[in-house]
Amino acid sequence: MAYSEQVIDHYENPRNVGKMNDSDENVGTGMVGAPACGDVMRLQIKVSDEGIIEDAKFKTYGCGSAIASSSLVTEWVKGMSLDEAQDLKNTKIAEELALPPVKIHCSVLAEDAIKAAVADYKEKQTKK
Amino acid sequence: MDITQNYFEFLALPVTYQLDLQSLSERSRELQKTLHPDRFSHLSDLERRLSVQYTAYLNEAVTTLKNPLTRAQYLLKLEGIDTFSESQVHLEPMFLMQQMELREGLEAVHDAADPEAELSALQATVDSEMNSLRSQFDSFYRQSTPTSLEAAAVCVRKMQFIDKLGREIEALEDQLFDD
Repeated sequence: MAYSEQVIDHYENPRNVGKMNDSDENVGTGMVGAPACGDVMRLQIKVSDEGIIEDAKFKTYGCGSAIASSSLVTEWVKGMSLDEAQDLKNTKIAEELALPPVKIHCSVLAEDAIKAAVADYKEKQTKK
Repeated sequence: MDITQNYFEFLALPVTYQLDLQSLSERSRELQKTLHPDRFSHLSDLERRLSVQYTAYLNEAVTTLKNPLTRAQYLLKLEGIDTFSESQVHLEPMFLMQQMELREGLEAVHDAADPEAELSALQATVDSEMNSLRSQFDSFYRQSTPTSLEAAAVCVRKMQFIDKLGREIEALEDQLFDD
């Protein structure tokens, strides 16, 4: 199966790979995994006091499409509000990366990861 | 022979996770003998086609039951829980965190002072995790209640990650030491 140019670009030059300090109260961490392929994905966001995502980082162990999906999401969510980030749809990711049907689940994984990160951040705020 | 039977019935083996691999290979050899194409040479096309179908089913059955992960998945499928094709399920963050760390550990092997020692340490972790998941699966599966079967499915999902890690360790081992 051939990867699209967009996937190869993100795979070869992944944006925002890294790790943030999970104990920072402005950081939300989303951890997700897909058992069928054994992929694991960590996506983190740093949120300003105004509720805007200032920075995003990811680390993904998985196929090219999973890496590209999470890399793209970190690019997109920077500058978004939490609500906007939570509304991000996997179909947009799949469309942008021209993912074939068998790789759609990779974009779903990235959507789940950003949702989990936002949820984690919100939970931290209520515990403050 | 009847290919509408499940793999265990087809091989006349008890439906259990603690499968005796010795009996599995004995039963499979016996069936193979009765299915040998030479025995069918005097028979009609239909009967020969059937023998090919039986052989394919037998191979499928043996491959599935031999491997501890696919055996567990097959047992759950018989109970109506399909873990073969699911891709989106929720897993405990702690477990995923641990998987992340193991993968990071594997990634660091390349630059380690003693890659071989690092790899065998990771392999040991994989083995012990897998063994503990297998025995957990077995006990949940045997309780056979809806809740315990769901817990057994969680074990299978975890096994899939450990299995993947195991295969990546092997691949790295080949890459590092075989040339």
